[in-house]
Amino acid sequence: MNMQTTIAGVTFKNPVMTASGTFGSGMEYGEFVDLNQLGAVVTKGVANVPWPGNPTPRVAEVYGGMLNAIGLQNPGIDVFMDRDIPFLKQYDTKIIVNVCGKSVEDYVEVVEKLGDEPAVSMLEINVSCPNVTEGAIAFGQKADALYNITEEIKKHAKQPIIMKLSPNVTDITEMAKAAEAAGADALSLINTITGMKIDIHRRKFAIANKTGGMSGPAIKPVAVRMVYQAAHAVQIPIIGMGGIANAEDAIEFILAGASAVSIGAMNFVNPYTTIEVVKGIEDYMKRYNVENLTDLTGAVDV
Amino acid sequence: MKQKQTAVVASQRELAPMIYDMWIESDLAKDALPGQFLCVYTRNKSTLLPRPISICEVNEDKSALRIVYRIAGQGTAEFATYKAGEPVEILGTLGNGFNVEVAAGKKVFLMGGGIGVPPMLQLAKALNAVTAKENIQIVVGYRDNQTFLREDLEKYGQVYIATEDGSVGTKGNVMNAIEENALQADVIMACGPMPMLRAIKGYAENADIPAYISLEEHMACGVGACLGCVVKTKEKDHHSHVNNARICTDGPVFEAKEVDI
Repeated sequence: MNMQTTIAGVTFKNPVMTASGTFGSGMEYGEFVDLNQLGAVVTKGVANVPWPGNPTPRVAEVYGGMLNAIGLQNPGIDVFMDRDIPFLKQYDTKIIVNVCGKSVEDYVEVVEKLGDEPAVSMLEINVSCPNVTEGAIAFGQKADALYNITEEIKKHAKQPIIMKLSPNVTDITEMAKAAEAAGADALSLINTITGMKIDIHRRKFAIANKTGGMSGPAIKPVAVRMVYQAAHAVQIPIIGMGGIANAEDAIEFILAGASAVSIGAMNFVNPYTTIEVVKGIEDYMKRYNVENLTDLTGAVDV
Repeated sequence: MKQKQTAVVASQRELAPMIYDMWIESDLAKDALPGQFLCVYTRNKSTLLPRPISICEVNEDKSALRIVYRIAGQGTAEFATYKAGEPVEILGTLGNGFNVEVAAGKKVFLMGGGIGVPPMLQLAKALNAVTAKENIQIVVGYRDNQTFLREDLEKYGQVYIATEDGSVGTKGNVMNAIEENALQADVIMACGPMPMLRAIKGYAENADIPAYISLEEHMACGVGACLGCVVKTKEKDHHSHVNNARICTDGPVFEAKEVDI
């Protein structure tokens, strides 16, 4: 039985990854799970300089999920490369670095610095964070803007790039196609869905940023649908995510067309989710005599 | 050690209206420090995020933890229904806790307001190992005569009470109680609502004494990964270098002069 999956020439020992922003750089959850057992650690977004993030409250609970507006607080690429990369290098897992920026130049600066680090297998380009006012989402909600930034980053990137798509668009296939046409090596989706919560007793927004990105099991059907649509629109591989809580959820994404999956908000609910999903996929493959995990990708009966 | 586990409710009772007192059998008690907290998870799958609740007390043989909490919403309302013998999902022990050594041989104020009172109990117990009981001045504030944990606290120090309605002790808040009783201390340790912590920060600056305050913020992970629960700090935080420390892991206890609250 083979759980390996290959995306843009990079082979992962299994298809289970961490969703950016929910797992730091692995240090915190390394106390709970053996990082060697993960297909990849996808890091928290990192920019060219430190970002302070948004005011608090930054998180709120909603039915079956949560809202967040962290605002991409991060230490900047230099600290990240001195501290986080060496930490992750100790483990036998792939490193995917999530890159954020406010301008094309910001992204390019980070991408170029990471180009000198062979331990980083892939770059995930965050053009879909709904919680920062400049950059980021502006590149991810219009097909032509997405095309342009993808093309520009591709010129500078030494590693294969994954464009992380926003679900906050009318037609996900248009975005997927634009990224592919501009040279993206893979796609990841979905980022969080923009939401809002109001505290009726205090008559205030639950999140200081007013809006936040919704994640958690409540968004899973939306995510599965978008992965399915994107998988039928493009040829490049897809990393699926959005509310995955267990192996059954992960397999749904794979059957819908994902080559790999990421665990996000559920890490907060159960810090052992990632390794439980690895084990659960293995059990499923045994139960249904699936020889290669890759046989499951897009294998929903149509 | 940090671990998520299914522990067992040893007992539960209502201490005051909406205030519940739960003992949980767990080996996490072994390493628990005063001022640390647990994340408690609901069984209801629509309320997914953990509720951070401070550790009120650790039993003598360190086999059980006590939490005293207020029903503030759906999650805590569910916890209040748990009976002895039932499972309870917890993650712990979390946060840095109070450093009792800073109070060695000193006169100390332990200040708790409302649902910030519970962590003062284990702290008061621990302080008895490093300073004389008469040096431990426990100043606690409540809304009314529901002065929960008062008898427990009295075992470990001098207790001074303030109530908003004046029904017990000093009418007003903990600062009024200090003034009315003409109390003094060399160091302050506190937990309570933000206006109280701000007042304590100001008082400590004027008196030129250190104050260690336990902060609260909405959390998602409880372990320092999500960056949801930050507080502005004077110095660069060691995680992101942006003067935003994580309350769950760098705190919840901070020296008051280090944080902008």
